[in-house]
Amino acid sequence: MGAFGKRGKARVIPGFGLSMGITVSMVSLIVIVPMLSILVILSGMSLADIWKAATERKVLAAYWVSLSASFIAAVVNSVFGVILAWCLVRYKFPGRRLLDGFIELPFALPTAVAGIALTTLCLPDGWIGRLFTGFGISISYTRIGITVALIFIGIPFVVRSVQPVLEKLGPECEEAAQMLGASKTRTFFKVIFPEIMPAALTGFGLAFARGLGEYGSVIFIAGNIPYKTQIVPLLIMSKLEQFNYGDAAAIALVMILFSFFILFAINLAQSKISKAEKG
Amino acid sequence: MKKQSKPARIIIAALAAAIMLSSISGCGQTSASAGQSPKAPVEITNVSYDPTRELYEAYNKVFQAYWKAEADQDVTIVQSHGGSGKQARSVLEGNEADVVTLALEYDIAELEKGGLIEPGWVNEFEKNSAPYTSTIVFLVRKDNPKNIEDWDDIVVPGIEVITPDPKTSGGARWNFLAAWAFALKLYSGDEAQTTQFLKDLYTNVSVLDSGARGSTTTFVENGKGDVLLAWENEAFLSLKEHPGEFEIVTPSVSILAQPSVAIVDEVAKKRGTEEIAKAYLQHLYSDEAQKLAGENYYRPSNTAILQEFSSTFDLSLELVEIDKDFGGWEAATAKFFADDAIFDQIYEQ
Repeated sequence: MGAFGKRGKARVIPGFGLSMGITVSMVSLIVIVPMLSILVILSGMSLADIWKAATERKVLAAYWVSLSASFIAAVVNSVFGVILAWCLVRYKFPGRRLLDGFIELPFALPTAVAGIALTTLCLPDGWIGRLFTGFGISISYTRIGITVALIFIGIPFVVRSVQPVLEKLGPECEEAAQMLGASKTRTFFKVIFPEIMPAALTGFGLAFARGLGEYGSVIFIAGNIPYKTQIVPLLIMSKLEQFNYGDAAAIALVMILFSFFILFAINLAQSKISKAEKG
Repeated sequence: MKKQSKPARIIIAALAAAIMLSSISGCGQTSASAGQSPKAPVEITNVSYDPTRELYEAYNKVFQAYWKAEADQDVTIVQSHGGSGKQARSVLEGNEADVVTLALEYDIAELEKGGLIEPGWVNEFEKNSAPYTSTIVFLVRKDNPKNIEDWDDIVVPGIEVITPDPKTSGGARWNFLAAWAFALKLYSGDEAQTTQFLKDLYTNVSVLDSGARGSTTTFVENGKGDVLLAWENEAFLSLKEHPGEFEIVTPSVSILAQPSVAIVDEVAKKRGTEEIAKAYLQHLYSDEAQKLAGENYYRPSNTAILQEFSSTFDLSLELVEIDKDFGGWEAATAKFFADDAIFDQIYEQ
């Protein structure tokens, strides 16, 4: 921010008008117009119809499947994402850059490819699934499988959010805390954790919201059985397949509201945290 | 956000961005083979569904040669494949197809409702505009370890069935209706018992993929399940690709699947391709094309040619028909697959 915006002062970086114009048009073309199209479809329906479509029993079950799997995946990602980021920032080891690059692979890989690969790996006799078969746990075609797929696609969000904060934090703070007599756990929880908390929350929110909308990788591993392993995006697809645009839009609207509230709540939590730190 | 002056520049930038974006989206495909024919080369688009990929790849070559001889004109055919419903929707939403060759009459009827195809298209070509047919069979693992012979063998506990979701897959609707036809006959028309039969069947379904190709992958590649309810032509393709791993079991009753073809009148009119689109679909009934269909494991609608393939297909199979036995797709969809209809009910606890 810094250089921008102050009325009357000359801006260091020129081109505010141009960049603002591009920003506004990009945001409206790519975000607002598609959202509005949902509202346009819904405008042809009565409120009762929208309510009925969005609260059908099968749909309610799917909300639960999607929300619970996305939430668990986001929690797992927050814990392991922080550890991964920590390891990548704090330790120097051969192959670190390569490993760092691998983190982004879930972004680059087509989701269908990821879904098929994960399904095969997690089959009862697959490389990963085999380890769990002994405990009577099957991953592919269950809710566990859905969560696994969502962990896969969500992990980069947390790592990439936390990494820059850790890099800026530097080891000096930890050294100072330890020289002042703080134990290792105390150093982590009182010095490091508060610093990376907002970033980890951002990562959590992004991974959670992304998980709610994820379709490509999940449908291959989910099993798609109604009331058990059907995710919301699949139900939206199934409504579209029946040429039922209205119901699909109604369910989509609920999903947008979910995502919006998650991201909003996280922003709120972050501003609380930063206020508490200042005050 | 401090918004300051220079609205003109903002507008120009917005326009520039809009133009950039719109120019990215509209890229066509032009790969006409430029010959020195008196008529200019023409391009038509055939929007089809998943398993016809191999068939139309072969047929397009045949038609190109035919049209060159017949009308002395080079033709390029752009092919598109995907789930039948998805493909119909893309045409409805502006994908300019001259002809559609889809899995379900219902999907084409949806285009008729959308005003793209004129009513009466079903009778525009012979045999309800279905130049080739298929049916639903069982694909089981080598040597049929679970001794699956007919529909009542797959509803017993302990059998794992793979079939796609009728809500999202055209093929899956045929599977459901074939099972229904068998059970209705078994219980001499008692619908309550038939519904229970279907409920038992779907209790055994462990993976409900969103499309027919997805189910094939689950069964064939991932090794999941004991039996796959499959299009006959897909089942034969799996046999061909994995020799010695699977067997086809033909049940006593199945359904005559009639994938329909139609000219998308509105598009053809606009692009001036009505004549060639008609010839393209009409030629599917020629002996040459009928044989091609048989070679690609579709049952030719020409009975004489069908007989030539009697060693491939089980012709003694009793086949129910969607129009005769279910009152057409419209009625079948309302009764079985609409929201809260029978398919939804069998999943209610």
